[in-house]
Amino acid sequence: MTQTAAIPFNGTAETPWVMPNRGIVAMWCLIAAEAAIFIIFVVAYLYYIGKSLSGPYPSQVLELPIFGTICLLSSSITVHAAVSAIRKGNTRACSLALAATVLLGSIFLATTAMEWHHLIYDEGLTIKTNLFGTTYYSLVGLHATHVIVGLLLLFTTLIFSLGGKVREEHSERIEVLSLYWHFVDAVWVVVFLVVYVLGR
Amino acid sequence: MATATSGLEAIDQTRSAQPPRPSVIYEWLTTVDHKKIGIMYIVYALLFLVIAGAEALLMRIQLAVPNNHFLSPQVFNQLFTMHGTTMVFFVGIPVLFGFGNYLIPLMIGARDMAFPRLNAFSFWLSAFGGILLYLSYFAASGLYGAGSAPDVGWFAYAPLTARVFSPGHSTDYWTLSVLLSGIGTTATAVNIVATAFCMRCKGMILTRMPLLVWLFLVTSCMVFVVVSPLTAAQIMLCIDRYLGGHFFDTQAGGSAMLWMHFFWIFGHPEVYILILPTFAFMNEIIPVFSRKAIFGYPAMVAASVGIGFVSLGVWAHHMFTAGMGPAGNTFFVFATMVVSVPTGIKMFNWLATIWGGKVQYRPPMMFAAGFLFQFLLAGLTGIMLSVAPFDWQLSASYFVVAHFHYVLVGGILFSLFAAFYYWYPKVTGRMMNETLAKWHFWLFVIGFHITFDLMHIPGLLGMPRRIYTYEAGRGWEVWNMWIGIGAIIQTVATLIFVYNLVHSYFRGKEAGPDPWDAWTLEWATTSPPPSYNFAVEPTVTSRRPLWDLKHPHDTDSSYE
Amino acid sequence: MSSDRPTRHPEQHHAQREFALQYHAPGTREQAPTQHLLDRVSSLRTGLLAFAALLLLHAVPAFAVSPTNIFDPAATPARSIFSLSMLILSVTLVIFLIVGGLLFYAMVRFRHRKDDSLVEPAQIYGSNQIELSWTVIPILIVVMLFLSTTRVILETEAAPKPANAVDVTVIGHQYWWEYRYPKWGVVTANELHIPVSDPKSPTPTYLEMTSADVSHSFWIPRLAGKTDLIPNRINTMWIDPAVPGLYLGQCAQYCGAQHAKMLLRVYAQSPADFALWIKQQQQLANPDLSANPLAQEGETVFLHNACINCHTVSGTVANGRFGPDLTHLASRDTIASGPIVNNPQNLRQWIADPSLMKPGSLMPSMHLNDHDLDAITAYLTTLH
Ligand code: HEA
Ligand code: HEA
Ligand code: HEC
Ligand code: CUA
Ligand SMILES: [Cu+2]
Repeated sequence: MTQTAAIPFNGTAETPWVMPNRGIVAMWCLIAAEAAIFIIFVVAYLYYIGKSLSGPYPSQVLELPIFGTICLLSSSITVHAAVSAIRKGNTRACSLALAATVLLGSIFLATTAMEWHHLIYDEGLTIKTNLFGTTYYSLVGLHATHVIVGLLLLFTTLIFSLGGKVREEHSERIEVLSLYWHFVDAVWVVVFLVVYVLGR
Repeated sequence: MATATSGLEAIDQTRSAQPPRPSVIYEWLTTVDHKKIGIMYIVYALLFLVIAGAEALLMRIQLAVPNNHFLSPQVFNQLFTMHGTTMVFFVGIPVLFGFGNYLIPLMIGARDMAFPRLNAFSFWLSAFGGILLYLSYFAASGLYGAGSAPDVGWFAYAPLTARVFSPGHSTDYWTLSVLLSGIGTTATAVNIVATAFCMRCKGMILTRMPLLVWLFLVTSCMVFVVVSPLTAAQIMLCIDRYLGGHFFDTQAGGSAMLWMHFFWIFGHPEVYILILPTFAFMNEIIPVFSRKAIFGYPAMVAASVGIGFVSLGVWAHHMFTAGMGPAGNTFFVFATMVVSVPTGIKMFNWLATIWGGKVQYRPPMMFAAGFLFQFLLAGLTGIMLSVAPFDWQLSASYFVVAHFHYVLVGGILFSLFAAFYYWYPKVTGRMMNETLAKWHFWLFVIGFHITFDLMHIPGLLGMPRRIYTYEAGRGWEVWNMWIGIGAIIQTVATLIFVYNLVHSYFRGKEAGPDPWDAWTLEWATTSPPPSYNFAVEPTVTSRRPLWDLKHPHDTDSSYE
Repeated sequence: MSSDRPTRHPEQHHAQREFALQYHAPGTREQAPTQHLLDRVSSLRTGLLAFAALLLLHAVPAFAVSPTNIFDPAATPARSIFSLSMLILSVTLVIFLIVGGLLFYAMVRFRHRKDDSLVEPAQIYGSNQIELSWTVIPILIVVMLFLSTTRVILETEAAPKPANAVDVTVIGHQYWWEYRYPKWGVVTANELHIPVSDPKSPTPTYLEMTSADVSHSFWIPRLAGKTDLIPNRINTMWIDPAVPGLYLGQCAQYCGAQHAKMLLRVYAQSPADFALWIKQQQQLANPDLSANPLAQEGETVFLHNACINCHTVSGTVANGRFGPDLTHLASRDTIASGPIVNNPQNLRQWIADPSLMKPGSLMPSMHLNDHDLDAITAYLTTLH
């Protein structure tokens, strides 16, 4: 046997060997998968615009949810602030930004809930009523489900952060979470355009 | 013997570091080790292969003679639904991801997948999906009317799945089990991508990654964009069935076509999700047994990515008869035919790999040889189907059934068998018995060709698929009889294979770390590998680290 | 594409090969049972030839006898598909022979032999020119196939409709077919009558198709490819057989329990016969039953049972649309969409319990007593 050492082969690595962060890669994958789910729901929505056999129709009952939208979109800024803060090691600012994000997200969720309440009890539109009802509640509901999941995660992080358990070395994890939240916001832009602009 | 000559220092270190073992069952149920999870995937898929194969056998007995009363129409319809669903979702995907799970970390010199716990979670999710599907046999009509498996076909066209046409819960079992396994699949795919991107050992830049890993990477990326539409469509179906929605309710203005589109946006790429990993096996096995490096590595990668992309745009070739109009039909004819170009590149590169080699016909290579011929023929019948007018005749006939079994059995199953014989020594530390392997091979080849070559003919003679019986005098009788005989021969062959798996586990020859004189990293550790794979993390400088090791004066890396 | 790399020569490897052998379990290589391969191939060849001969023996009569052979076209759409398919079959056959032949040659020629040296063969990593050529040639073939396909698609799907085409509406039901001739006000079931089309002045039949429940598919292999009948959607197709006769087919889209027994029968008739048939179908079913007391009683039973909720007999109160129109039931050769010959015994048994002959069919057994069964059968056989 002339040679015994099999591993490591040829020993020395030329450059430092850095691999991307697996959490961030995985989150991008998840976003791709989720985006595909939303695309299918959006396609179904677009396809069924104007195909309902009976009312109520979107133009009669839908109003632009401007306030909720502003809240949700600004929560993207606050979550970004949380990430930059933790990168700098500023845990207090991070907690503050996370709290703001949770608050803004919850306000958005509340506006959706109020809108649904109005549609169901005042307008008599349910998921069973017609194609509009089916596609509307499914698409908006799917998005709202994602908001809820995001809020739960953000809230948990906030608790940890308040307990002082979130530190600079966790910044990549917070970044993964913020990616998800940005995605939820971006989807809302699409849903908003499709449901409230195109669909009316 | 091999152990004595291996001389791998790392392996020796590995040996001495074995930890003591806790209770075996507990260990398997709670394991997050990618190898154990891989094995569980494979065993569970084999179990379902036998179940779904037995279902096929029952169908073939029913169809062997005209006007047969062996099975009632309801039972027959349940059988093909369960057979198709099981084979695709609970045999094909798990077995391939099982191999992926087992091999990818080993091949890239990693100690585990990127997310070991997520990995276990997705396995149990898929497993639960499969069990749920078969629970329908006992529970779908409630206790008083047990025994109602889903009977809507594996693509479950709307509105047959609506509550009015499918009362009871059998269809719900179908939806939920497919939904669950889909989520499990997506999670595994996330894991594989993260592993391939973030866990490679030192020196393994992307262009040195084994082709197997590349193909699993492409497959997993496809999973994100195509399994999700299925998930979405299943959610819609649940909304229709449980909440009274109208997505696919044609009475309320809904569209049956929408389901077809959504299903096939998933369904077509799905078949490539199944075939790409088997290409991956071929990419490892053919070079080793031809004793040559793979021909055109970059082209192989590009072709795989190409197949992935093109396959996203061809789904409606399953809908040529649905009346899409000339424009739609023409587009999808073209897109479908284009797939043959990257697939052809793969075919020719394998040919070139063999060319000038020294091909050793050990069991893995025998199955690989079968694969090459059968896949070629299957691809060509695919081209016939892609010709829309020809498809108007062939669609939903036994010709289609023959086409896709040619790919699924002649392609996927054959390359799976090859993979079993190839990696079994790595997984168990023992060789599989070669005499039994030859019996298995020849019986399966003969049974396969009797069944599926002849199956094209009744299709040409106008026999539609999914019929539980037919009348005499259409020219179909002889063929169906022979097809049934072939299926029985395949069953015998499969039984030999299963016996060989078990027998060799206890009686097989010791394999040693590298029985095939192969070149990728998984052969550089012991067989079976220790739970942490490599005692020392390897560093590589070329695509074939073990070649370099065995030929220190003429390494691959000197050509890079 | 791959970079061109130099080819290594086997001689260089000799030393390393020796090393590799030591490194591995000795003897792995010698076990390769390649020498048997050729012997086996030749004995296999004899077997295969015998099998092929046996098949041919079966194939010829099967193709000749089958009434649903797609290679025996009898109308324009089926004919243009047939000639296209011959082109496709020959192109794919040539590809198979070339690629398959090369594969076979390589696998036999480059097999490892017992007396082979232990040297690893030359390692070749790729070649841009060769790889380019096997990318371009398939592209050319694809373009060729695509163009010839497009022509047939347009010929069939975008054909102009002649003025004297016959219009029929086809409605698929769970396990039977409804045919409506709007121009003549005729409604019938399961047996489609059309005039033959003289190629000199074509009178093709245009079918407008939809479904009342789930998707079905209309497939008469000798006349045309299949077209799906999809609820809430209208598809069209056309057929123009020139020779009178009976053309068979069956539903080709899985539609539930009795998808298998949803057969299709198309009667192509000379224009005169067809006109006669239309005339007969247009009449109300008002047979004079005074000479036939049993049938008269049968009519009463029929009209006082749930039959009328599902079936129409024009001229009576029976106007259900869930089941086939029975106005001219006795003029049909078969019942229940093809699988059952229309004679009094079968009819009686059908009404007694449809699930015996067609399990899963949507007509319930009405639990009539023997006498009522006889009466109702007698009545139905008068509905010419
Ligand atoms: C792993 C599975 C797999 C694979 C790889 C394929 C590969 C292909 N399939 Fe297949 N197919 C299925 C599984 C698969 N299929 C299944 C399961 C169904 C039925 C689903 C159902 O209805 O239940 C189906 C159905 C199906 C249909 C629909 C039929 C119908 O229902 O009406 C069509 C139509 O176009 C089609 C076409 C093709 C084509 C063109 C390819 C191509 O990818 C083939 C490409 C390969 C080659 C062409 C050979 C190698 C190439 C060369 C040697 C180069 C030179 C060749 C040329 C230039 C032509 N397939
Ligand atoms: C990977 C996928 C895969 C595989 C491997 C197979 C394998 C086989 N299939 Fe399957 N098949 C499908 C996927 C697959 N199939 C799909 C997707 C459909 C469409 C479903 C639909 O229309 O919805 C289908 C439909 C289908 C039909 C059409 C039904 C119909 O339209 O009416 C038929 C009919 O012959 C058939 C037969 C077979 C046979 C004989 C095998 C053989 O190769 C099987 C060989 C294996 C075995 C035989 C297992 C060995 C069994 C044992 C060891 C146990 C023996 C014990 C006892 C019998 C007690 N299959
Ligand atoms: C619930 C609805 C329903 C009722 C009630 C019903 N039928 Fe039917 N009938 C059907 C359907 C549906 C078919 C088509 C069955 C098939 O081919 O699968 C059919 C078919 C038939 C046929 C065959 C028609 C053909 O052209 O092939 C006859 C004859 C017939 N019914 C007679 C009767 C008589 C007589 C009664 C009453 C005693 C009756 N039916 C009651 C639904 C009904
Ligand atoms: Cu109607 Cu199948
Ligand atoms: Cu496809």
